Amino acid sequence: MALKGWHEILIGGMITDVGNSIDYKTGDWRSYRPIWDDKKCNNCKVCWVYCPDGSIVVKDGVMIGVDLDYCKGCGICAQECPQKAIKMMEETKLREAVK
Amino acid sequence: MTTMQVAKYKGIPKGLEGDRAVAEAMRQMNPDVVAAYPITPQTEIVMRFSDFVANGEVDTEFIAVESEHAAMSSCIGAAAAGGRVQTATSGAGMALMWEVLWVATGSRLPIVMHAVNRSLSSPLNIHCDHSDTMGMRDAGWVHIFDENVQEAYDNAIQMVRIAEHPDVMLPALHALDGFIIGHSVERLETLPDQAVKEFIGTYKPKYSLLDVEHPATFGPMDLPDYFSEHKRQQAEAIQNALDIIVQVGKDFGELSGRPYGLMEGYCLDDADYVLVALGSTAGTSKVAVDMMRDSGVKAGLLKIRCFRPFPHKMVSEVLGKRKVIGVLDRSISFGAQTGPLCLEVIASFFTHGCYPKVVNYVYGLGGRDIVPTQICEMYKELVEIDKKGITGPVQRFFGVRD
Repeated sequence: MALKGWHEILIGGMITDVGNSIDYKTGDWRSYRPIWDDKKCNNCKVCWVYCPDGSIVVKDGVMIGVDLDYCKGCGICAQECPQKAIKMMEETKLREAVK
Repeated sequence: MTTMQVAKYKGIPKGLEGDRAVAEAMRQMNPDVVAAYPITPQTEIVMRFSDFVANGEVDTEFIAVESEHAAMSSCIGAAAAGGRVQTATSGAGMALMWEVLWVATGSRLPIVMHAVNRSLSSPLNIHCDHSDTMGMRDAGWVHIFDENVQEAYDNAIQMVRIAEHPDVMLPALHALDGFIIGHSVERLETLPDQAVKEFIGTYKPKYSLLDVEHPATFGPMDLPDYFSEHKRQQAEAIQNALDIIVQVGKDFGELSGRPYGLMEGYCLDDADYVLVALGSTAGTSKVAVDMMRDSGVKAGLLKIRCFRPFPHKMVSEVLGKRKVIGVLDRSISFGAQTGPLCLEVIASFFTHGCYPKVVNYVYGLGGRDIVPTQICEMYKELVEIDKKGITGPVQRFFGVRD
């Protein structure tokens, strides 16, 4: 998103385009990444209920993964999962593993 | 108030204390919401105004809050909801508002505050000095000083138009000296209710929380990528207020016969020795100027009406070529070279390339009286500085016992 000048924006930080938080990808705040084990998951969707950012992706009533563009890595899903199907891993360690 | 002119409306003569004159102006303005907490010496404003509410003389929703922090927060909520909102406070109460004073400006909400100047503790003191409003001078509020009860009434009404102007959209306060103006009965002329109603018109906010057809978010998180741009807008808005204050003061003059500008000169045209003052002391100084003129000294006064935005260019134009200037500060900026008004005056001279001799008198702290003979002593010092050609200490604590 190109940054605008002070003449081009509304005063007081006011927002009138409702729902624009979709434009702000908060995934880069994350220091722990949820790793989902679809073999352990029984699709109860407790994670979907608890996720404060709506980052649990559900398609046709079935959990299919985590939207890492928005997931801040808070770990609530991992804490609440009754099947222990989600565990949190440090991003730095994941990146090292990729190298 | 400068010179009298022909008025559209005939004034109604009354004898009122400053606080009651402000409450009367508030009754006539009939704001949507007033949220306030009582504190000396402002209490009479909200006390009297709550009578108007109880008697059904206004339509205002009066919120009796639990603190000044809550008062200003309520004002912010009500203003964001699109209401015309006012409050009143003094001294420690204003200090308790501190955090939210900045929210009001940053959110660009045209709240009007009737500020009755009171010193800040400690030691505890309920009387007048300007420590409270000077303490919030960088919070971004339009900041005007009243000289007397008439001006307290007149400025209270003008603040609404200034704050709500689309080029400004900032909260605005006018400050009246606690007790000296607030609790002193003076003759004034009020306007008919209808005239005030017409003058302030109807507030039509561009955005409001209650406009469900056009939803808006007020006061969101603003990170480093945009915060500076929003502050830049705010800096522009308060500079825009310079022209708006003059325009509103002119319109008010047509209505009442009392036009207002950014400042007022008294015996200034040929004056060599000029004192610069705020508030009620400007009135006292006019008497001193007359006394000095009687004794043959070319004394003059510059009353600063508008402190924020500070009319720096005009100050340098008016005062730049005088022999000696004395600036009166009713507060201290601890650790600075001078009080806050004198800092502004000196900065105005420097940036506009004029260098008259300047001294700063700190006076009247915690409500200590200042009388014309004392102001004459200051004028005599200015004459002495001119004769000797040596300024001496810049900041002088006037009337403080050794």
